[in-house]
Amino acid sequence: MTDHKRFWRRERAVYRILIVICAVVLIAAIATVYFMAAPVNEINDTENGYSSIPEEDPDRIENGIHLRTGFAEGVGLMETVNNCTGCHSAQLVTQNRMSREGWVATIRWMQESQNLWDLGEEEPIIVNYLATHYTPTDKGRRENLANIDWYVLEE
Amino acid sequence: MKRRKFVRNTVLSGICSASGVELVFGALMPEGYLPLAFQEEDPFELFEKDRGMVVLNNRPWNLEARAHLLNDRVTPNKYMFIRNNGLIPENIDGSRWTLTIDGEAVEQKKVYSLEDLKSGFKQYTYQLTLECGGNGRSEFNPPAKGNQWTIGAVSCANWTGVRLRDVLKDAGIKDNAVYVGYHSADVHLSRDPTKEPISRGVPIQKALQEETLLAFKMNDKDIPRVHGYPLRLVAGGWPASASGKWVQRVSVRNIVHDGPKMTGSSYRVPCEPVAPGSEVKDEDMCIIESMPVKSLVTFPKSGALLDHGKKLRINGHAWAGELEVSKMEYSIDFGTSWMQCALDKPANRLAWQHFTAEISFPKKGYYEVWARATDSLGRAQPMVLPGWNPKGYLNNACHRIAIKMI
Repeated sequence: MTDHKRFWRRERAVYRILIVICAVVLIAAIATVYFMAAPVNEINDTENGYSSIPEEDPDRIENGIHLRTGFAEGVGLMETVNNCTGCHSAQLVTQNRMSREGWVATIRWMQESQNLWDLGEEEPIIVNYLATHYTPTDKGRRENLANIDWYVLEE
Repeated sequence: MKRRKFVRNTVLSGICSASGVELVFGALMPEGYLPLAFQEEDPFELFEKDRGMVVLNNRPWNLEARAHLLNDRVTPNKYMFIRNNGLIPENIDGSRWTLTIDGEAVEQKKVYSLEDLKSGFKQYTYQLTLECGGNGRSEFNPPAKGNQWTIGAVSCANWTGVRLRDVLKDAGIKDNAVYVGYHSADVHLSRDPTKEPISRGVPIQKALQEETLLAFKMNDKDIPRVHGYPLRLVAGGWPASASGKWVQRVSVRNIVHDGPKMTGSSYRVPCEPVAPGSEVKDEDMCIIESMPVKSLVTFPKSGALLDHGKKLRINGHAWAGELEVSKMEYSIDFGTSWMQCALDKPANRLAWQHFTAEISFPKKGYYEVWARATDSLGRAQPMVLPGWNPKGYLNNACHRIAIKMI
């Protein structure tokens, strides 16, 4: 066997391994693209006895509530969702009740110290939304006990 | 379903690590597009909490107890409230953890491993009351901004550690020391690494108290991650925010500590009383120190129906910040008359005290049992909301439960 032939035989082994690796990478890439591009709902498991679930809108609203966040339905909802739930949950907003000035002051405080961006022309829309749906009510100096779950006390 | 979730998560994390955008992008991504694992985090499982606890906020995590869950004499982890200003640090390695003592008023900067602290200093265990400064905020009128705590942001657990004063003295405190400030491993909500979510502290006098600990155990076990593992500063009787979790550094300052949440309206109240809803300038706000006298009826749960003629046993806890509770009373007629409860001495200074009473009701009908504690200076809890302040701190109005005799 000449040196040339021996060299070629050895190289062929390496070459084959390379082809296999390339093929695996290609298949993995195709699979990744497939899963990325395909909506999750289309990955059905019907053949395994699972049934497909209906297409769910991530911004579905039921009984006036944006299900994903708990925000109230209304003009400015999506502007608020998109700008106000990046760092903290919507719960931090929906728990609170503030006047228009209070909401503006809170936005300013977040811009000054919490890295909130400039809201641009969406700011008045968001402030309007918040001041409409999360506005204070007068609670007086002490409220009645509410939502009492009555139960029989056994002792 | 499981498989689908697995596929989605794997692919998503694959994309993230491949493109190297995980943090920046992750924070900005709308919630619906976050990997499912993040959305479906079950806080009760994650933090080993009772399912009766109430989630106020899931980013950052804030959970509170309800009065009847706090009936234990020493609060177990499952009923301890969770308060976070930022994100809980991940991948904490206790064996590599160090505590640095530094600052303008320290003789020499010194670094201690956890082992140095445990073996180099005497250890102490105290029951310490930790109450969030904003506990009761939800009742203020006009409303105050922040997590709307009702009554459940208080606990009294056993904390074990070394005295902060022993460690400070080992490093050497200069005469000009005024305050200590902690620095912790938690992450700012915006994930900006240059920002601290919170860095508070206490005056040097409080830092030097016997009960002020650098704690590594809570209820005889490693401190749970959400409560500050592996090291927490514990300053009982003060707003719990003074008890920094995941403490990496304590600075001995020659000025009042000026870290985030020490200034503005954070954990500060008007130096002089103001009318509800007033605007108060920063320079007119004073830092909260000791928490005020307060109490909770932890048994029975509100809403008990009882046959007329039966006596009702109540019990609960009372605490008074730096002070002791000297008197505990209840009223079933909205304060027309007050009856005394039996009140225990605290297990140690700054621990809450237990009370009991047996109540007879004159006739059938709806009652409220109101509880009122009085501190050693004679100051009692108000029945209505105490002084309004911009951030709704220090609500120590009487707790009450509803009872019906049938």
